[in-house]
Amino acid sequence: MAKLKIEDLKKIKEKVHAETALREGFNRVKVTVHMGTCGIASGAKQVMDELLRDIEEAGSTDVMVTTSGCMGLCSREPLVTVEILGQEPIKYEYVDTNKMRQIFKRHVLQGEIQTPFVLARGAEILK
Amino acid sequence: MLELALHILDIAENSVRAGAKTVFIDITEDRMKDRLSIGIRDDGVGMDDATLKKAMDPFYTSKKVRRVGLGLPLLKEAAIRAGGSFTIDSHEGAGTRVSVGFQLSHIDRQPLGDLTGAFMALIAGNAGVDFVCRHECEGHVFTLDTREIRSEIGDIPLNHVEVLKFIRQHIMEGLSGIGTEAKSAHHY
Repeated sequence: MAKLKIEDLKKIKEKVHAETALREGFNRVKVTVHMGTCGIASGAKQVMDELLRDIEEAGSTDVMVTTSGCMGLCSREPLVTVEILGQEPIKYEYVDTNKMRQIFKRHVLQGEIQTPFVLARGAEILK
Repeated sequence: MLELALHILDIAENSVRAGAKTVFIDITEDRMKDRLSIGIRDDGVGMDDATLKKAMDPFYTSKKVRRVGLGLPLLKEAAIRAGGSFTIDSHEGAGTRVSVGFQLSHIDRQPLGDLTGAFMALIAGNAGVDFVCRHECEGHVFTLDTREIRSEIGDIPLNHVEVLKFIRQHIMEGLSGIGTEAKSAHHY
């Protein structure tokens, strides 16, 4: 049975503390993967996995990932919302792992909105 | 939904939307009894009896944005198709428990699939919620309790990139150590 390696966690804690002391602002970008039944059935888990791996690969400490439920546009799933601090959120439709990778590299890291994949601008209004 | 990992992700997301603080996920593969059991239990808001009765209706949902709610019915169908069973209990204010069983060797049983990805999506996407995962396979047990990790890392969020790398490594090693059929979708 695999044991949690407490020592590793202690090291991570020290490392993160040392790094964040130098910099302010923890979450520059918030990325939401819509994870309702419809999203999951059309590939949201693969999209999420790609996003997490991209973040791990880039070592981005200022990108926050979150999931949300269905917003009623099941036919456009998987949906991903990218919100850069101080800017309007951008919603991407029909996202797959390749598009996710491009969105991460170009939009999340460099701030260029990937217009061909965009569904809408702004936040949904939940009734 | 082609993998049980996706169903687990879906049902556990329900728990999160129901305001759960801790979600317990139990998976048991038992080849002797030819049985695969999955249990998902939460401490969310729960449902009253009337809602619970409607919960299995694909045309019932608690949401306002659409008129179908397919998560639970799809899982139930997947279980019944594979010689299995499905039960759901819920108490208002106390939480909900979903238990499904499958005939392990049934030809129509969906594969467990990418459990690592499902756990990672749950943990990374819901950093405020704790997940207690237990996977038993032929007497070998893998456990992951995010409460233990949280108590070690203190003020660092659970979805910090370094912590996520650690958790992914822990899950991948743990799952490969117990001889489960679950696979990791990608390999480094």
